Amino acid sequence: MVPAITADKLTKKFGDFTAVNQITFEVQKGEIFGFLGANGAGKTTAMRMLNGLSRPTSGQASVAGFDVYRETEKIKKHIGYMSQKFSLYEDLTVRENIQFYGGIYGLPGREIRHQIKELIGGLGMQEYANTLVKAIPLGWKQKLSFSIAIMHRPEIVFLDEPTGGVDPITRRQFWEMIYKAASEGMTIFVTTHYMDESEYCGRVSIMVDGRIAALDTPRALKEQFGASSMNDVFLQLTRPNQHGS
Amino acid sequence: MRTIFFIVRKEFLQIFRHKVMLPLIFLMPIIQLVILAHAADFEVKNINLHIVDQDKSQASQQLISKFQASRNFNIIGYSFSSRLAFDEVQSGDADLFLEIPPHFYRDLIRNNKASLQLSVNAINGVQAGLANAYANAIIQDFNGEIRTELANTSAGTAPGGLSITYSNWFNPEMNYKTFMVPGILVLLVTLIGMFLSGMNIVKEKEIGTIEQINVTPIRKHQFIIGKLLPFWIIALVELSIGLAVGWLVFDIPFVGSLWLIYGFAAVYLLVVLGLGLLVSTFTETQQQAMFISWFLLIIFILMSGLFTPIESMPEWAQAITRFNPVAYFVEVMRMVLLKGSGLMDIRQHCIVMLTAALAVNVLAVLNYRKTN
Repeated sequence: MVPAITADKLTKKFGDFTAVNQITFEVQKGEIFGFLGANGAGKTTAMRMLNGLSRPTSGQASVAGFDVYRETEKIKKHIGYMSQKFSLYEDLTVRENIQFYGGIYGLPGREIRHQIKELIGGLGMQEYANTLVKAIPLGWKQKLSFSIAIMHRPEIVFLDEPTGGVDPITRRQFWEMIYKAASEGMTIFVTTHYMDESEYCGRVSIMVDGRIAALDTPRALKEQFGASSMNDVFLQLTRPNQHGS
Repeated sequence: MRTIFFIVRKEFLQIFRHKVMLPLIFLMPIIQLVILAHAADFEVKNINLHIVDQDKSQASQQLISKFQASRNFNIIGYSFSSRLAFDEVQSGDADLFLEIPPHFYRDLIRNNKASLQLSVNAINGVQAGLANAYANAIIQDFNGEIRTELANTSAGTAPGGLSITYSNWFNPEMNYKTFMVPGILVLLVTLIGMFLSGMNIVKEKEIGTIEQINVTPIRKHQFIIGKLLPFWIIALVELSIGLAVGWLVFDIPFVGSLWLIYGFAAVYLLVVLGLGLLVSTFTETQQQAMFISWFLLIIFILMSGLFTPIESMPEWAQAITRFNPVAYFVEVMRMVLLKGSGLMDIRQHCIVMLTAALAVNVLAVLNYRKTN
């Protein structure tokens, strides 16, 4: 089976600064792949290279079987993306946002109408359907963003810190949505700050200063580092000197 | 096509949702048109004139009554001393004074010549020049009459001489509003179009929604066309409102074909909006886009031939105006509306505009990058 994502020595430099330094990994189809790292470790940059927003400096990578240099527009047909910055139109209503993105992805009119009903119903957002997005709570916005990012049934969805600033209950609901999507065969590539969330992932990679410092299942990583939680693993990797207590 | 429709619909939803933008787009230009058309008038009226009449003769009275009859002059005082008149010019109450010396009439009859003194406050050079010219015209006129009178009384034969008559084609009453309104309308449509389109893509960059668009399989030309169309429609509606105001309020003659005006405007707006989008693609913030748009617009407007004739610019400046779309539209507006020029008369303008529209928009599409 062809992996959903492959990266081979993928590198991005901004002038003298190397944001992503020769990262190599594979993500299998249907996998929930956690992409961890401190702020500024290069997670977002790596993700932007994979989804065709940023051109790599060197190395190879393919997403859904397409090359990240030559076939970015083909990649874009097969992926969904939820960026760190909230990116729905705040001055459009929930319904209008769904309509717009459905239209841009080329869904037929009937399918768009169906999605509006399905999506708003599924999220329990009936009362917000005609509310401007700027007026709804953040948790709702994030769940809506995710639903819109996977509305066109992409093979792979990239989530850049989707649960940042969201309360624990909503985070839990959010992960239920991720699991549901994965169970339908979607590959999930997710960055997060919350170490407890990394336990929900099938495999986890931890980036430190542009490099992948560790990559395995959460259980194997904990064993390897003799840690009781992913939090410990993360601290050992990112602040090795302070460890030893 | 469908993708473009979805972008256009989204843009319209956003524009009509902003309660501040709507009046700004439609009301402001009309107000500006009405105000500016009255203000941008090169005719100098109500020049304050002080007359020093030291002759108090039949001839001096005749001259003064000529000034009284002129609508350019406003006689604010008579006196016997030039000292008082000078004080009034000094204080700004009078713009100029005319001094009729003692024995003016006597000299005129005896010596067949007499002199008058005209003193003009020349701080505002344009006004001074015009005031001088108006006054001279009146004095010439007076001169002609008085000579005829003198000739009749003394010799009984009319003197020879040439009299010049003017005929002003296409704007017979020399009405500045007729001349200015079509041009001002061009400016307003340009301003709105360039700013709206210039702010647009860069605004999506600022709020981050552009990322979400760039990660979709949308084609670049679809995006640019989708961004262009809404403002193109708004600008054409704006032009229509402006033309209606020109017709109803200012009695602008519509000598030529309205279709031709709209046809040219349609292409012209592609140039202006494309330019705005181009600015939008290579700037990162709305301030930058605003600054560059202003820079371009100031040059376009001042070199458009609206306020100063292009023919009197230096050679090199005239060369620059050949790249100024505003200059073309101002000229076409005046040619078609006031003179009734047809397609053949403005074919050169059309070719230039079509080429520019193509070039600018291709550049905008190329310069818009989905992958950085």
